[in-house]
Amino acid sequence: MNYAVITFHNSSGAFRAESVLKAAGLECKLIPTPRKLASDCGVALRFDILSTNDVKSVIERENIHIMVLQPMPA
Amino acid sequence: MIYLDNAATSWPKPAQVVEAMVGYMRHSGGNPGRSGHQLSVDAGRIVYNTREAIAKLFNVSDPLRVILTMNATHALNIALMGMLKAGDRVVTTSVEHNSVMRPLRALEKQGVELEIVNCDPSGKIDIADWQRALAGGAKLAVAVHASNVTGRIFPIAQLAQAAHSSGSKILVDAAQTAGVEDIDMEAMDIDMLAFTGHKALLGPQGTGGLVLGKSVDPSEIDPIMRGGTGSASASEEHPDFLPDKFESGTPNGVGIAGLGTGVCYIAERGLDNIRAHHNDLMLSLVSGLAEIDKVRVYGPSTNERRAGLVSFRIEGYENSDIGLTLDEKYEVMCRVGLHCATTAHKTLGTFPDGTVRFSISPLTTASEIDQALQAVKEIVSK
Repeated sequence: MNYAVITFHNSSGAFRAESVLKAAGLECKLIPTPRKLASDCGVALRFDILSTNDVKSVIERENIHIMVLQPMPA
Repeated sequence: MIYLDNAATSWPKPAQVVEAMVGYMRHSGGNPGRSGHQLSVDAGRIVYNTREAIAKLFNVSDPLRVILTMNATHALNIALMGMLKAGDRVVTTSVEHNSVMRPLRALEKQGVELEIVNCDPSGKIDIADWQRALAGGAKLAVAVHASNVTGRIFPIAQLAQAAHSSGSKILVDAAQTAGVEDIDMEAMDIDMLAFTGHKALLGPQGTGGLVLGKSVDPSEIDPIMRGGTGSASASEEHPDFLPDKFESGTPNGVGIAGLGTGVCYIAERGLDNIRAHHNDLMLSLVSGLAEIDKVRVYGPSTNERRAGLVSFRIEGYENSDIGLTLDEKYEVMCRVGLHCATTAHKTLGTFPDGTVRFSISPLTTASEIDQALQAVKEIVSK
């Protein structure tokens, strides 16, 4: 499976995103932020790259501030 | 043993609260949200879930507007010390706890103009007086939801409306009501709500919070503490986003695990059911006390709803003697004295001796109330 990842300004944002995505039925997992992604926060959210559009729309609907959303670096 | 000092701190706690705390210590216990490993993520998720449960309880859409603090006093200090500057005007009431009055008196010395609206001897506020005080313009209005001395519940939605019509924001101290009364921040139009975790929310001591409504821009409040947040670590400047702006240093993870479970216990049992239980117990407690010869009950009248506490005195007896006899002879635990609210006792006319205070929790039983009333009857008859 190919993954994409979202990074956040703080872990509270990551936990909130996890909560709303799971409530929307979208699979995701909190992981240590990959080193190649410069981030303010030690946890990032990983999900199936094929669900990117669904993930984006939930994040926007809930007005959650993110740093970046991009394919997981190899 | 009959514990009737729940307005100071609730006891006992539901078994699941204790289990959640033991579970946190045994199985979670990483630093919440600081690292990416499983123990830190588990701890961070527990802290987040507590925010979410509290946001739901108070009807706040964004759980990151729930700032977790060490107690209500800490929350009130963040709001008061962070928002008020020399030249600002603030309006409050004469039945506030020292957690509001002392920061305000300190701010007064720094040039903040303070106006205190007097309540009547039963602790009731006259809305017209409140409106008059606000008419002069104020940055902030501060009101207790229910006095910890009189038990009187203030009409917060009305006080908020008056504050907003004068262009003022309102900060509400819900230390004695969160977990029993309906608190809908949107419907009641509350800008900031301070609560404690260890009273009717049934969590442990060392927990509480400040909830910011949508109307409050975090830039209006300066943090009173700055430090590590697990975010923006490359910067030497403190972050300005929520909740990090007002939460620095490692949080009370184990306490927050207990608090979240206390809030879930309340949600499962149902706020309406808890309030019905509360109303039944308070009616028998207050009317039972009022019927006893030589007992004088303060605050609202017997048939008025009140928070889970009642202040009284027995003619011819020192409060401290009553407290000691109740404790030693009857194993009834209560609180006597001024209850950290000097101005409230001045309002009631019970300063400087104070009162005897009985206070209940969602776990208090009808039989405990009967036994406590019997103990007071026996003391009076001797």
